Amino acid sequence: MAPLVDTRPARSRLRRGVSVRDAGPPIALLVIVVVLSLLSPQFRTTGNALNILDAAAVLAVVTCGTTFVLLLGSIDLSAAGVMGASSLVVAVLVENSRNNLDLGILGILIAVVLAAALGCVSGLLVVLLKVPSFMTTLGVSAIGLGIATLVFDGVQPGVVDPSLRSWATGRLLGLTYLTWIAVVCVLIAWFVQRYTRLGRYAMAIGGAEEVLALSGVRVGPYKVAVFTMAGAFYGLGAVMVTSQLGSGLVQSGASYTFASITAAVVGGTLLVGGRGGVLHSTVGVLLLTVLTNGLVLIGVSPYVQGGVQGLIVVVAVAVAAAPLRHRNQVVK
Amino acid sequence: MSAEGVVAQRSPSVVLEVRGLVKAYPGVTALDGVDLEVRQNEVLGLAGENGAGKSTLLKTLVGLVRPDAGEIYVRGQRVRLRNVVDAANHGIGMVFQEQSLVPNLTAAENIVLGCEGPAIRRGVYRWATMRALAQEQLDKIGSTIDPLARTDSLTFAERQMVEIAKVLRIEQRTHNSPVIILDEPTSVLEPSEIETLFEQVRRLREFASVIFVSHRLDEVLDVCDRVYVLRGGQSVGEVRPADAVAGDLHRMMIGSESHEDHYHGSAVTRDETPRERLTVRGLAGAAFRDVDLDVHAGEIVAVVGVHGSGREELCKALFGAVATTAGEVTLDGERLDLTGPRAACAAGVGYVPAERKVEGMVGPMSVADNMTLAKQRVGCAGPVIVPKRQNDIVDKWISRLSIRTPGRRTAIQRLSGGNQQKVILARWLVGGDVRLLLLDHPTRGLDVGARSEVYRLMRELAGTGVATLLLADSLEEAIGMADRVVVMSDGRIVAEVPCPPDRKPSPLDLVKEMV
Repeated sequence: MAPLVDTRPARSRLRRGVSVRDAGPPIALLVIVVVLSLLSPQFRTTGNALNILDAAAVLAVVTCGTTFVLLLGSIDLSAAGVMGASSLVVAVLVENSRNNLDLGILGILIAVVLAAALGCVSGLLVVLLKVPSFMTTLGVSAIGLGIATLVFDGVQPGVVDPSLRSWATGRLLGLTYLTWIAVVCVLIAWFVQRYTRLGRYAMAIGGAEEVLALSGVRVGPYKVAVFTMAGAFYGLGAVMVTSQLGSGLVQSGASYTFASITAAVVGGTLLVGGRGGVLHSTVGVLLLTVLTNGLVLIGVSPYVQGGVQGLIVVVAVAVAAAPLRHRNQVVK
Repeated sequence: MSAEGVVAQRSPSVVLEVRGLVKAYPGVTALDGVDLEVRQNEVLGLAGENGAGKSTLLKTLVGLVRPDAGEIYVRGQRVRLRNVVDAANHGIGMVFQEQSLVPNLTAAENIVLGCEGPAIRRGVYRWATMRALAQEQLDKIGSTIDPLARTDSLTFAERQMVEIAKVLRIEQRTHNSPVIILDEPTSVLEPSEIETLFEQVRRLREFASVIFVSHRLDEVLDVCDRVYVLRGGQSVGEVRPADAVAGDLHRMMIGSESHEDHYHGSAVTRDETPRERLTVRGLAGAAFRDVDLDVHAGEIVAVVGVHGSGREELCKALFGAVATTAGEVTLDGERLDLTGPRAACAAGVGYVPAERKVEGMVGPMSVADNMTLAKQRVGCAGPVIVPKRQNDIVDKWISRLSIRTPGRRTAIQRLSGGNQQKVILARWLVGGDVRLLLLDHPTRGLDVGARSEVYRLMRELAGTGVATLLLADSLEEAIGMADRVVVMSDGRIVAEVPCPPDRKPSPLDLVKEMV
């Protein structure tokens, strides 16, 4: 049968979801950078730009993980606990001040695998027991903190391993190793999101899970894989923090749960799932980091900064959700 | 009414055959021994009123619903369809009415979703291959949609094409020609798009069999080779479009016998001079426009129309639950505030939504709580609830509406559907200030006994002067209950038919206006 010629003109479209709304956060980032540059001479130096990138590194890696969970339409509150556990584990496995172990890179790997395992537990609980993700991940976070406290055992392990210490101090082409690790992680995460079944199905689960199921896809394993991958990113983030701090701390990841979700949402990875992505979230990470850095440099009192950041986040989320509002909408 | 003369001997051209399919839900038999056969390269139409069993039948054919009895044969082989994938493996696919595409993926991904084959190698996408695979499907139906366009950037009609292209992927699984089910494919399309769809359907016939379901009978007659008529869960006849007109089809759909249960006329005599209660002038919203409508005190006005006529939206708009763009609505001469349900409640408007379990009630809450949900002040002294006073009021309505419940503290979800509905109706009565009732399919899913109780209640309320706007479940219900029937089509009111107890019009009189 000869295909009939469709008489309608083929419309050229913006491909692959580049929309006006996607342009919002990058523009906001640009505006903030310009404004801060005008306000503060210290802000607009190369040195400060490198500082910002270094400061954003850990959050960028952690947010990669969070992003995939948010794409599912789930939420992950386990970063703090998972990072605490990984931080302590890596600190006692590499050359350290407390024991004679010196596993080097293997120690780092074990810490990351432990974090991935904790993520996997979150995912399994969500899929098998159908417990909402905010509850399972909160529980797993507590488990992580428990493991961390157990390993901590009252004595703080200091990192002696020179190669791990160099992560925070060594530089390549002006950027710290931490920055390079973050860049590589973002690229890998972007690749996963864009070019793998796992990433695309994560998108699809957030977009319309039942359609995926109706198309004969078993959704559960992909969800578990996403939580596991998120855990791995948290683990790597924890190793990076440990390198920065020079020792293993139970609280090393405490601020990252909120910060990573915030960064993702501000960047356009909405909590409804299926929207945004790794690059969006990375813009959000830069936005938050630039803001923190700039507020210090233009002399805003550190006592006010937390409040200012919170305000910006709430406004950004409200603006992002505005097009989705409708009458009698139920918000929980 | 026995036009089913042709009993099929399993002829080789029969691709899909259904024998004696039965499916019962609590309180209602959706399929009551349906027989059906689909032949190679034909477009088979299915017609039937709401509740005739069409959607249950379709869901059975794609494995979403498991029948209680009966057999399905694909090319003479008996099959059991456990899920959509099963059905696809047997060459049966469905284009769903409510569109089943993932909005945030590309058209190409949606088309190959679940059976990507060479487009994904070791978990990694090969976009070029995926694009080519999708293009191949789109070419089959001659569509020029960009396979890499995001699905939510496409129009409804284009998304439908993507769905058809997706369904045609089942050809990859079977080496026979597929059976494609189109469930109400035209309901949201513009006339020009409908024409394109029809071309598409005719093209599909070249290499597939199509089951086409639509509310619009002229469409069914236009595009189908044969039409089965379903009524009450049975196939009551087969029609060849060549020798039938829409009226014939509709007569078969409705049947000759009318259900007398709601035809017991007015229980009350009304004032000779009717008092205007609700007046609607030039009301417009997303799904309706130029609506002029009057309802008198004590009058029941039914609004009828096919799916997509805008009557549901009109009903919600009058309650403030859907935004309006223009128009004026007054209640007893005062302007009615349409900015939200809260204002409507305060003005004495009551609304019984169609989706009882979702919109109508809070399942785990008690009968008493559900009854006082809209009128929180009932039985209160200032901000404080006086339990004794509230309980008395609730008990009064339980007994007045003869709601069968173990007690006022019983969770409403434990009652039967009819009693739940009575509680929801009572919600608007406890305040004693209801002037207008908007009833959106108030008898949906109720059994005969419960239905007639709701009818009796409606009549009683009308007798006390309440104005009622009714979206009925069936035409008979509309005609039986209403003093006046208003016909909506494509968002406008196109006719008004008086319906006094002694001179009821026939459903066919209304259908003429609807199609």
